[in-house]
Amino acid sequence: MKSILKPLLMIAAMALGMTAAATLPARALVELNVNKGNVEPLPIAITDFQGGDALGAEISGIVSADLKRSGLFAPIDKSAFIEKISNPDATPRFEDWKVINAQALVTGSVSKEADGRVRAQYRLWDTFAGQQMSGEQFFANDANTRRVAHIIADAIYERLTGEKGYFDTRVVFIDESGAKNARKKRLAIMDQDGANIRYLSDGRSIVLTPRFSPNRQEITYMSYESGQPRVYLLQIETGQRELVGNFPGMTFAPRFSPDGQKVIMSLLREDGNSNIFAMDLRSRSTTRLTNSTAIDTSPSYSPDGSKVVFTSDRGGRAQIYVMGADGSGQTRISFGDGVYSTPVWSPRGDLIAFTKQTAGEFQIGVMRIDGSGERILSTGFQQEGPTWAPNGRVLMFFRDSAGGPKLVSVDLTGRNEQPIPTANFASDPAWSPLLE
Amino acid sequence: MGRIAALTRSPVLIALVASLAIAGCASKKTPNSAADLGLSGAGAATPGSAQDFTVNIGDRIFFDTDSSSIRADAQTTLSRQAQWLNQYGQYAIVIEGHADERGTREYNLALGARRAAATRDFLVARGVAAQRLKTISYGKERPVAVCDDISCWSQNRRAVTTLSGAGS
Repeated sequence: MKSILKPLLMIAAMALGMTAAATLPARALVELNVNKGNVEPLPIAITDFQGGDALGAEISGIVSADLKRSGLFAPIDKSAFIEKISNPDATPRFEDWKVINAQALVTGSVSKEADGRVRAQYRLWDTFAGQQMSGEQFFANDANTRRVAHIIADAIYERLTGEKGYFDTRVVFIDESGAKNARKKRLAIMDQDGANIRYLSDGRSIVLTPRFSPNRQEITYMSYESGQPRVYLLQIETGQRELVGNFPGMTFAPRFSPDGQKVIMSLLREDGNSNIFAMDLRSRSTTRLTNSTAIDTSPSYSPDGSKVVFTSDRGGRAQIYVMGADGSGQTRISFGDGVYSTPVWSPRGDLIAFTKQTAGEFQIGVMRIDGSGERILSTGFQQEGPTWAPNGRVLMFFRDSAGGPKLVSVDLTGRNEQPIPTANFASDPAWSPLLE
Repeated sequence: MGRIAALTRSPVLIALVASLAIAGCASKKTPNSAADLGLSGAGAATPGSAQDFTVNIGDRIFFDTDSSSIRADAQTTLSRQAQWLNQYGQYAIVIEGHADERGTREYNLALGARRAAATRDFLVARGVAAQRLKTISYGKERPVAVCDDISCWSQNRRAVTTLSGAGS
């Protein structure tokens, strides 16, 4: 799990000691139960980080925006604050925060070290229990202040919900510009909140369906650059590219295995049908998993690598099937009224997200891995292609409206739909694992 | 403006230009803009030229939703294509398969491929040498009609026979 990014980032975490009297809590600490039916967003006060001038306000702004976008937190407007925090390490006047109904309070500071690094620290306070819940400090090089803020937001999210955060992540996607019948499509990568966009291809060839490696700074995607559409690997940091396999026909719909050692994809047969193959990236050996006179595509591994979910129209219309990772026991699991495609196994292993077409609309939904318990999270005229946040609580997909596609995120409960800001049209989002 | 005025007096030419414009947009590799084809000259296509194929034979067929079956109207077009291609053996042929936007991206890549293969197989059955034919799928990535309703979707569900190689 070595990350190429790590040496560049120099982010180090350190727990901060409790400054408030380390007494036992008089009451249970504030906690959000995210598994409840309807989560009331938790009112939280996020004060500007002290020091660093504009940087302090920038960091608290990013933390606040992350928490708010999750739908689980309601950051309180700063103008309502009574106490002005001057020493972020001192115990705040809890009464001042209880009065404005801030259940949790974040204080922090940021400073430049002599070696040029940025040091940021935060403390999370339970105002009603009157004590510190957590405190950590982080070091980062100057270029990564946004990442420090996302890491702090993840720490707060995790402390208050008991679930892993997902803010220190990136999204790879297809940036689309130009007229609909002459779209320029470019590989692009950005932070999960739309910041720090970087282009990974020049737009001369059509590129589609990028997906992250689970453990390397690498993506697999499909490109028309050789004339025939084919699956490639791309090293994000070096830009090095590599064709995956040497197949006679079109290869498409690639995804990594959970250990990052295989790419699973569709290969076009001579008869015009498509079957699923897995290729071992080390030995270069390929394994055929399906052999049907049908369209078999969009394969996605279960997180333990033992199973694969995919789309097939072998029964007439496209439906979702599950099989063993060796191709055994192919079983249809979707039986609803409509056409199902783009199945993606959740990082927790218990759900499969999909696109469903029914009654002239496109829906994003989830079902259990045996096909039961289908729930629709979002319905629209044209939308598709869900991807999971690494904590399995949020999905992102793309929706076509107003002339082109844009990215949208939605909570696993189907609430809190949020647009992801991108300068151009955007499609095919794929969420990274949590960065290291 | 003078050119437009001249064209409006000649409805036949307008139809010709319109169909060529569509073809030009769908098949990037085939240089068949009006100028390339010498349209400004005589107006009638030289027999055996790419223009002749596009205008007089018809370079594309259409499919029903989520189907790669060759419809009766498409069979007529493809039979004409086969006859023409057999007469003018100097061309290599790429068949582009396309889908409308009412499907997901990866599925539509597969569907476009299946349409291109069905078109290829039909031409081969009508005597066109298999080694002259290649296929490529563009899924739903290259629509020719860009509205959001059935009138456009039906034009986008297509297979386009494009000519390349000697003589194009």
